[in-house]
Amino acid sequence: MIEFVYPALLFILGAVPIPFLQGGIRKAYLLLIPVLALLAVLALQPGSYGAAQFLSQDILIARVDKLSIVFATVFTIMALIGMVYALHLTEAGQHVAAFVYVGSALGVVFAGDYLTLYLFWEGMAFASAYLVFAQGGEKSIRAAFRYLMVHVTGGVVLLGGIVLHALASGSLLFGPIEGNISAGAYLILAGFLLNAAVPPLNAWLTDAYPEATVTGAVFMSAFTTKTAVYVLARAFPGTELLVWLGIAMALYGVVYAVLENDCRRLLAYHIVSQVGYMVAGVGIGTELAVNGATSHAFAHILYKALLFMGAGAVIYVTGRRKLTELGGLYRTMPLTVALYMIGAFAISAFPFFSGFVTKSMVVAAAGEDHRALAMLALTMASSGTFLHTGLKLPYYMFFGTDRGLEAREPPGNMLVAMAMAATLCLAIGIFPGPLYALLPYPVDFEPYTGAHITESLGVLMFTALGFVLFLKALDPENTISIDTDWFYRKGARAFMWFAERPLARYEKAMSDVSETTALPLLHRTARTGLRVDLHGVDAVVNGVAHAILDGGGVLRRLQTGVVTHYALAMIAGVIAVTAVFAVVWQ
Amino acid sequence: MIKRIVGFFGDEAHARQRRRLFYVVLVLIVAADFVVHREHAEYLWERLPGWSAVYGFVSCVLLIFVSKFLGHQGGLMRSEDYYD
Repeated sequence: MIEFVYPALLFILGAVPIPFLQGGIRKAYLLLIPVLALLAVLALQPGSYGAAQFLSQDILIARVDKLSIVFATVFTIMALIGMVYALHLTEAGQHVAAFVYVGSALGVVFAGDYLTLYLFWEGMAFASAYLVFAQGGEKSIRAAFRYLMVHVTGGVVLLGGIVLHALASGSLLFGPIEGNISAGAYLILAGFLLNAAVPPLNAWLTDAYPEATVTGAVFMSAFTTKTAVYVLARAFPGTELLVWLGIAMALYGVVYAVLENDCRRLLAYHIVSQVGYMVAGVGIGTELAVNGATSHAFAHILYKALLFMGAGAVIYVTGRRKLTELGGLYRTMPLTVALYMIGAFAISAFPFFSGFVTKSMVVAAAGEDHRALAMLALTMASSGTFLHTGLKLPYYMFFGTDRGLEAREPPGNMLVAMAMAATLCLAIGIFPGPLYALLPYPVDFEPYTGAHITESLGVLMFTALGFVLFLKALDPENTISIDTDWFYRKGARAFMWFAERPLARYEKAMSDVSETTALPLLHRTARTGLRVDLHGVDAVVNGVAHAILDGGGVLRRLQTGVVTHYALAMIAGVIAVTAVFAVVWQ
Repeated sequence: MIKRIVGFFGDEAHARQRRRLFYVVLVLIVAADFVVHREHAEYLWERLPGWSAVYGFVSCVLLIFVSKFLGHQGGLMRSEDYYD
């Protein structure tokens, strides 16, 4: 009996044979690995595996406890769903990248020390960037480079933090950071917050995800931000700063979603908003709050992937992504509409959908912790969530103005993947028990109370009333929104301008000066030097040489070569030394 | 069946029925909020029946107009070739 199968390795090593397999065998293989990984995760026993020493530091490749098992479970389920959705792809590259991406995310979730964590953290960044590069075209490739550069920068910050933290605490083991947060811990926190897409470090997400491939974006929506939630829950539970950042995020994403015209970018802003609930939950830090953040991450991965799959299906079929160019698809894509709406009800936290049993846990935890403002702000954000993902996006994408687009349902594998995610969204909402049993702390929370149901429905349906009354104000506009990526996109342009204009001009001016002034001066100096050399220095050197030659002649005359002369000289010397010694030192 | 349900929400022919159904649901929700049993209500608003309806509506309107204000007057929305 094998005690421990490392799921991360299953994916990463499992990626190697993909390019060599063909047709049906490859498809079967692509599904087999996630299924095996899911079984491996379900069979995991809490404990520590793969302890070793590296540079005389303790390393722990895999630490298995309840928190890591919840995330690993949903990651492997998601890998299976994502693979079904991507099954029709013929090129192996994206499948390989997705496997490495999932494997690295699992590596982070099990990492027991910072070095292992960092290694997989970078693996995630590079593997996921490929999913943007694979889309091709100038826009995507530029976005992919920006994505990669932001993540590499974040990785360097994280590594700096790890080194400082290890020097201060003397250990690389990854666990809760307690007491006062040191400089190293702040850097680690910044690295984590970047991957969690906390504003102002959020723009990489909304910049890159909509530019990724249809299938790649589904994977990306699931893993990067949720591993960040995991590491925050592991290292920084109860950090007050996170509560406020989480609330700001939840509202930030919702505000930008109003302005957005690109369907997947709108959904990406809702990742920012939803991760805000999780970050706030981690910040509150009570058992209920951490349970809430964890379960919300679980539910979020499934419904957000479902929404991305729905929007991806529309892009796959129509080739269009802007709400101003979409509409009237419900006649030709009713199944896609129905499955998308299940995801929309789940993210909006309608009763009997997954969001209802998880999001409310975070809000209840805020209430229990006497944070009235947090409670109200998060409730307001859920109103905005339904407004956009449940009303605005489906209205303009599937209903609204009929643009007469030729459309059909997407390929069968895409529909099956969406149905799998939709089934889980409903199953978790109707039977929350199994999910609650997975959570890190014992759950004493009942989502289905009468007051909670009427309260949620009140907020949601009266949001719908607002939508109906002010529909015109919500009409999508043909614009893009400025986010914090402005700083590096315009900043890079300013840098290039500086490099091309003032810097190049300065360089030219300098070379002009050297040609017109410095070079002739140098020539003249050299000529003077030559003259000084010829007449002055050479004369001195020659003079010295002559003097030495003359001295040598004198010496030569003294050296007679007769031994008795030398012996006499030595004896005279000895007598002289003795005489001096006797007279002077006596 | 799914096609018919989706069609009900899309087809112009059902617009009247849709609207009627929507308003009935709204009334039912507010009515239910008045009769529902509240075990522990820690905050003032939790004791007010119909509060969630008002808060949901106000949130929605605020989000729409504040965001659009930031987009148009705050200069967040730019033409698509802004970065080109």
